[in-house]
Amino acid sequence: MVEESPMVEFKDVTKIYSKSKQPAVEHISFKINKGEFCCLIGTSGSGKTTLMRMINRMNSVTKGQVLVNGKDVKKFNLVNLRRKIGYVIQNNGLMPHMTIRENIVLVPKLLKWPKEKLNEEAERLIKMAELPESYLDRYPAELSGGQQQRIGVVRALAADQNLILMDEPFGALDPITRESLQNLVQNLQMQLGKTIVFVTHDMDEALKLATKIVVLHDGKLIQVGSPEEILHHPANKFVESLIGEERLSEAKYETVKVKNVMTAPVKINLGASLNDALAMMKERHVDTLLVIDDDNHLKGYISIADLQRKYPHVSSVSDIMLPINATVGPEEYLRDNFSRILSRNGQYIPVVDAERKLIGVVTRASLVNVVYEKIWGEKKPATEELEKKAN
Amino acid sequence: MSKLGLWQQFIYYYQHNGSYVLQQFNRTFLISIYGVLFAAVVGIPIGIFISRNAHLGNFVVEIANFIQTIPSLALLSIIMIAMGLGVMTVIVTVTLYSLLPIIKNTYTGMKSVDKNVIDSGKGMGMTKWQLLYLVRLPLSMSVIIAGLKNALVIAIGITSIGSFVGAGGLGDIIIRGTNATNGSAIILAGALPTALMAILADLLLNFLQKWLQPKGLRN
Repeated sequence: MVEESPMVEFKDVTKIYSKSKQPAVEHISFKINKGEFCCLIGTSGSGKTTLMRMINRMNSVTKGQVLVNGKDVKKFNLVNLRRKIGYVIQNNGLMPHMTIRENIVLVPKLLKWPKEKLNEEAERLIKMAELPESYLDRYPAELSGGQQQRIGVVRALAADQNLILMDEPFGALDPITRESLQNLVQNLQMQLGKTIVFVTHDMDEALKLATKIVVLHDGKLIQVGSPEEILHHPANKFVESLIGEERLSEAKYETVKVKNVMTAPVKINLGASLNDALAMMKERHVDTLLVIDDDNHLKGYISIADLQRKYPHVSSVSDIMLPINATVGPEEYLRDNFSRILSRNGQYIPVVDAERKLIGVVTRASLVNVVYEKIWGEKKPATEELEKKAN
Repeated sequence: MSKLGLWQQFIYYYQHNGSYVLQQFNRTFLISIYGVLFAAVVGIPIGIFISRNAHLGNFVVEIANFIQTIPSLALLSIIMIAMGLGVMTVIVTVTLYSLLPIIKNTYTGMKSVDKNVIDSGKGMGMTKWQLLYLVRLPLSMSVIIAGLKNALVIAIGITSIGSFVGAGGLGDIIIRGTNATNGSAIILAGALPTALMAILADLLLNFLQKWLQPKGLRN
């Protein structure tokens, strides 16, 4: 199988602005595949915008190569390259003297599409922006900031561009509008399978939207990875600080596996007598026992209530055993089972491996520790308060 | 004649020289318009060109400023030495004076176009020409027209003085009035239409400026 060339590839790219000696970005190499939503993230001055603008040659490349569809951008006709790449900037960049209709179909018009097709396209795209068709004949100044940016986003799709560059497109919007715009972009990307390169300094935004995150700092590439990788294995302190302590401890909780919190089960063999069972319950201070066979396979459980009721009539554990439906595997994430464990009437949930061998239990009490750590993190609230009093 | 009041003399002059005054009015107007048009043909491209380079821009605006500081009568005389008496001398002087407001306003207009708009235009793949006539010119049009308006008002003033170098026009009537004994009425007969022309030019171009303002920018 021939390997498909990536949509965008940076090969050892360095950019030095003519007036400064310090490179804006240096020795950057990474790939963006077709259909990926790639967020470039970093503090201001990290070179993220510089890097993105090299893709459509709004910035020139000093050293190295930027490839689009496997072809060096320098070899493209500049104007054709840009018309093939959607471009969305922070302050929407709508032409204030053109109607919304004219703004949306600007690129198709530059490409000299016939007039009927232009109108069709404008109507199709305003629907995509989830705005009424009557807005087509208004001017940008008559729309709110969020509405303007909606137009800015769909305008980038007008000539069916497969690659779209977005430079902090929602930075100037209020949180609620920003979220609805993020949803719009995410939906469009998933429906249409576009490749998006998205510059942001907001980690929440990157984690929400991206399938690939590229972390930049002082013009250097720090880390490339999926949101999960970045979150669970931050490359260094800088990435950690970018993610934020709160999200990190949350992520830690996110990755806790069942086997990390399970405790030893109180179990009894299938063939044991009820007397043995009762003795074990008393000794271990429990009111139920998990029943296993000789090979440690989980068979069911017995409870003190049944034992008491049926004690005069039967003698073996297997006679009063009840089946167990809910079990978890040791490699499962605790987060996926959290509510399941809490909502169960029973006090615990047995952990079994692939062969249904009993290896532990997760009790409601063991969840307490996890919740405690998630909320307090590494901090010890008691000592902190003491310190405050001392001051 | 001298027994008539000033206004009666004024009306009497118009009754007898109406068509002559109209002829001179046209002449003054045309000289001014030609001067401003030449200046626009030269000045607008210069203004566009220098707006790409701040150093060059400042330098050119300095030169135009320098021309403006020379008193109009002095400049008129200097050019007369080179070009002799006649209409052309006045047109060249008007052109030189009109350059400053036209270049300056074109330059300012171009500079004031929102950088985001230019950036997105470029990013969407507009050629330099498309960027100029689809974005930069429409968005700076009203500032450029304001420059033309200033230039035209100045031009009408200079054209009146231009009668000293034999260009004719309403200035001729004023000069004749100053030479005549009790010539106040004749001076008025030349001066009032000149003032009226300047005011009308201002009003007309104000209207044009508003009309050419893109709809999306009107409030």
